[in-house]
Amino acid sequence: MSDNGFEPQITAFMCIYCGYMAADTAGALRIPYPANVKLVKLPCTGKTDPRYILQAFEEGADGVYVVACPVGNCHHVRGNERGYARVQRTKKLLDAIGLGGERLEMFFMSGGQGQAFADAAKEMTERIRSLGPSPIKERVNELTG
Amino acid sequence: MIIGEQKPLEEIKELIGDARKVLVAGCGTCVAVCSAGGEREAQILASALRLAFQVDGNSREVTEATVQRQCEWEYIDPLAEQVAESDVVVSLACGIGVQTLVERFPEAWIVPGLNTTFLGMPQEQGIWVERCQACGQCILGVTAGICPIARCSKQLLNGPCGGSHDGKCEVNPDIECAWHLIYERLRKLGKLELMLRFQPAKDWSVSRDGGPRRIVREDLRVLPET
Amino acid sequence: MSEANGYKSGSRLEKLLRAGHFVVTGELGPPQSADGEVICQKARLLKGKCDAVNITDNQTAIVRLSSIGSGIICLQEGVEPIVQMTCRDRNRLAMQSDLLAAYALGVRNLLCLTGDHQSFGNHPTAKNVHDLDSLQLIHMMAKMRDEKVFQCGDPIKGAEPRFFIGAAANPFADPFDWRPYRLLKKVEAGADFIQTQLIYNVEKFAEYMRRVRELGLHERVYILAGVGPLKTPGMARYMRDKVPGMEVPDALVERMEAAGRDIPKEDKEARNAAWREEGIKITVELIEQLRQIEGVAGIHIMSIEWEEGVGLIAERAGLLPRPTVGELEDR
Repeated sequence: MSDNGFEPQITAFMCIYCGYMAADTAGALRIPYPANVKLVKLPCTGKTDPRYILQAFEEGADGVYVVACPVGNCHHVRGNERGYARVQRTKKLLDAIGLGGERLEMFFMSGGQGQAFADAAKEMTERIRSLGPSPIKERVNELTG
Repeated sequence: MIIGEQKPLEEIKELIGDARKVLVAGCGTCVAVCSAGGEREAQILASALRLAFQVDGNSREVTEATVQRQCEWEYIDPLAEQVAESDVVVSLACGIGVQTLVERFPEAWIVPGLNTTFLGMPQEQGIWVERCQACGQCILGVTAGICPIARCSKQLLNGPCGGSHDGKCEVNPDIECAWHLIYERLRKLGKLELMLRFQPAKDWSVSRDGGPRRIVREDLRVLPET
Repeated sequence: MSEANGYKSGSRLEKLLRAGHFVVTGELGPPQSADGEVICQKARLLKGKCDAVNITDNQTAIVRLSSIGSGIICLQEGVEPIVQMTCRDRNRLAMQSDLLAAYALGVRNLLCLTGDHQSFGNHPTAKNVHDLDSLQLIHMMAKMRDEKVFQCGDPIKGAEPRFFIGAAANPFADPFDWRPYRLLKKVEAGADFIQTQLIYNVEKFAEYMRRVRELGLHERVYILAGVGPLKTPGMARYMRDKVPGMEVPDALVERMEAAGRDIPKEDKEARNAAWREEGIKITVELIEQLRQIEGVAGIHIMSIEWEEGVGLIAERAGLLPRPTVGELEDR
């Protein structure tokens, strides 16, 4: 599966409604998706917090994405829109940090869209693979040998 | 309340310079409410700084602590140990908090992490607007409770000027013409005669122009025993 | 001397207005350099074409040779200046001191303005002053002249500056209903004459003047109606759409467009000439209409960076020759 031998580590934050259900649907339908994605549940993507995202990078994630209900269909009405705004702000912060905002993304899908979930995981894995490992992890590796 | 806005990360990094141990100090009052320098923002900044320094290949120890109020001695005393252990403290409080830290911890190097922008209020979630300039002599009683010193681009006392258009200021269509607001409010309340009054030149000596200001209340002071 | 004959300042402008002449004032923008010759040249173009000339004070917040300095150069050229002073750049100390000097050097007419905001000019990061607003400036200068006191109340122990004090009025700014009352405030503060913003919408100005007359202001202050030639259809559209407090009727924009319609785009010179001709024609018509309005005591021609325009317009409007001071003394 790997082109350059680099298997990115990715953290995905997802709401317990559409996001997590989509993951579940993908599993039930046996749609394959990359196994390198760590899933973290949020009560709603309105709970998206730059602190969580930055922490994921601090702990070695090469990429992070957030999976939310479709716009207009959030279980908390507009939580996903708030989450999106925070993702946009955090992208800018990642640019300022030097990690690059493109290592962070947000996807919207309904609970039944197992294929969309698998596609998002693939898209992020491919994007991060082409970007290469997070410089943070490289530093950590350098330090720990 | 006091409204602030965080400085760009690049500028904060420059202020930190070569310091190895960095303490980000948040403030839990005004700047927390305007999401510029509270506990959350202190944590985000500390995390961002750790990441940024790692990306630069020059890791630092960045910790954070937030106190309820940085503008009073007793609230910042608990920071003493952490401040003493740090090479630099990035204060996310307003300029008052920064200086309170400086006065309490004269040995420490304290730098500001945000720009104190104005005295104002949240107009809606995510939008803050200026309302007061602390000019030292409130005139809201004759201007229908709308401050032309803070809200008129030219601080006119006898407005509106010729740049008032459709209720907006010529400087920027996002700025409401304060004198238009005053006029409309006085008109609706039947008090337009207040606006006909000539407002004489303002006494700016009680404002910042008179030098740094100070208030002494003898009834509240605790004087040393004689 | 001027007190003896009842004049406030004894300026040519004041004398003409008092004598009941329909006055004409022009405008001169100082250069963005130390080149005084530019002012001499512009002054020569205006000499004899109008009774006094406004000298702008860092207009549109762009640094220029000072209005007082330019005014002195005009005096040397035999042109009477109306020195403009804005509240943007000076506090009350600087204003009084500069105006004492201006008076000592022979300036007699003063126009008190708030000033364009510095964000429009070439020093947008400057600190503005606005220690006083335009009304307070008028009031200060009236008290210096009539009560011989500085702004602080201290007596002036010597010659007091006796200016003919002017103020601006924008009849088209909002709120429209308040504008006559703002004029009233300026008159009560001590304004002797008023120059208005550019007028293109005569109907609305006439309504403003009706309200001004209701307040009796036309009998307490000399009101000079502001006009200025449109130079291109683009300028007309820009003023209609983009300049706050400016009203240009569609009909005038259409006239400007029509003026150059039959001339091929390539013939820039001919098109420009046609547009300018139409602009002058419109201005002359506006002056004829404005003269009919009771309470209009004169015309202020603002011909921005086209000083020749003032003479052309005054000529065509039948406002030349201007009366000389000698004739005036004979009256």
